[in-house]
Amino acid sequence: MTRRHGLIALSALVGAALAVALAIVTSAGARAQQLVADLSSHLIAITTGFTGTEVVLFGSTDGPADVAVVVTGPRTTATVRRKSRVAGIWVNRDKVIFDQVPSYYVVATNRPLEQFVRTPILERHQIGLEHLRMEPKEPATAGTLADYRAALIRTKQRGGLYGVTHGQVSFLGARLFRTNIYFPANVPTGLYNVEVFLIRDGDVLSAQTTPLVVSKVGFSAEVFEFARSQPFSYGLAAALGALLAGWLAGTVFRRV
Amino acid sequence: MQVYLPIAEMSVDALVILLLGAVVGFLSGLFGVGGGFLMTPLLIFLGVPPAVAVGTQANQLIAASVSGVLAHWRRNNVDVKMGVVMLVGGLVGTTLGVWIFGRLQRLGQIDLTISLTYVLLLGTIGSLMLVESVRALIRRRSPQLARGKLHHHIWLHGLPLKMRFQRSKLYISALLPAGIGAVGGVLVAIMGIGGGFLLVPAMIYLLNMPVALVAGTSLFQIIFVTAVTTLLQASTNQTVDVMLAFLLLVGGVVGAQFGTRAGSKIRGEVARTLLGLIVVSVALRLAWDLVARPEDLFSVITGIPG
Repeated sequence: MTRRHGLIALSALVGAALAVALAIVTSAGARAQQLVADLSSHLIAITTGFTGTEVVLFGSTDGPADVAVVVTGPRTTATVRRKSRVAGIWVNRDKVIFDQVPSYYVVATNRPLEQFVRTPILERHQIGLEHLRMEPKEPATAGTLADYRAALIRTKQRGGLYGVTHGQVSFLGARLFRTNIYFPANVPTGLYNVEVFLIRDGDVLSAQTTPLVVSKVGFSAEVFEFARSQPFSYGLAAALGALLAGWLAGTVFRRV
Repeated sequence: MQVYLPIAEMSVDALVILLLGAVVGFLSGLFGVGGGFLMTPLLIFLGVPPAVAVGTQANQLIAASVSGVLAHWRRNNVDVKMGVVMLVGGLVGTTLGVWIFGRLQRLGQIDLTISLTYVLLLGTIGSLMLVESVRALIRRRSPQLARGKLHHHIWLHGLPLKMRFQRSKLYISALLPAGIGAVGGVLVAIMGIGGGFLLVPAMIYLLNMPVALVAGTSLFQIIFVTAVTTLLQASTNQTVDVMLAFLLLVGGVVGAQFGTRAGSKIRGEVARTLLGLIVVSVALRLAWDLVARPEDLFSVITGIPG
């Protein structure tokens, strides 16, 4: 019900935005601009009822071209551990720590990447999971590293944080394009980068980066903030609250 | 209805958590146990990070113990002096436990430790409970055996620092209840359980406390141990999710009321057999997860540098 209303509102918003974009592109002053793109929203608010959301990216090019969109979440350390059998039970034994692992990574294109762009370009701009740079903290042999890297990507994909396939960028006519980016309920908070690449004849002609903030808002944000900034007071409040609740329950349900 | 848990950083169905709280609360009311040993594994099965499950469970246990102890308090079934001595040990135990917890978390062995302690403890206690209650069921018709000596004196009672506990009519070394409390404290911190099913038999068989006082006294000291554990987990490991605790608490309180009512309708041996079966099956399930080849040999933790 609310989802349908949301979609209608979203479509209206996108329509208006596309009209504006079109106006910008057709105006003479913006002729030099090869690529214009923006998001339907620059803030994803994680409220108490948050179950994931969709953001629309839209834009226009200066003529027929291919578009690749890369969304990257804040980079953190990731520890990947491998279990092996010890005395009959499975125990974490070996580990590889990766630095600078994007907490979220999704790519969308208008047609399969290999059809319009060469590998060195993909590597330079880190477009596509296989070209994503994730350096181990300590050197490891190439063979092991590949296993751990694959495991890391697999786990992220299972959590819906890395794209399994490339999303679809759809063109409306020759110049206007749009794509939907989905963020699941467990999306990590922080500053996201949305990069749009304009590709023609196998080369990146133009690129644009738009920031996107994912942030906790409202009650859950306050709780989180309180727990992080004043952990002792938070613990005290949690303990006292539970004491009170228990006393209330014991008194209300008194049946002696 | 989906609710976002701010500390666990995940979205869960509030009704599922409420229902879970109610079912575990019902069982705890029915059998007169804390229910933490069921709740923590169930939360982990639901996808709550084990560290958050254990930390939050400590918070939830405060409320459960307070509402439990009130009834005992009104009947004057709490030995405060004994409780305080156990509490001293409990505080030492929980401090140690929270420290161990943090260390193991950084080493990547906390999940294994939680599972292993559960399997060992639940497996042992559950089997003993099952054997004892089945025996009691079989022997129900046979005449009662003559009662043995009221007070068994074992070497443990010869420890120094003797203390008089008027309410329990005991004159024993303070180290004994303090030691039992310490073991309970470690369990609260590492397993997220009140440890009643371990403390109660220990108080009966090792301390020879009057049975009527045991439940109230153990609940009395668990309140304070879980309160301190909540404080420590929140301030050192940041693993207490008040939203999750609140949902569990509401479900638990309601469930416990129905459980207590149902509990008065079934016989003690039957209840203990059922409880033994549940405890053993939880242990078996966890043991299976340890032995079976995991779906993915790799696991990933983000954020915490190892």
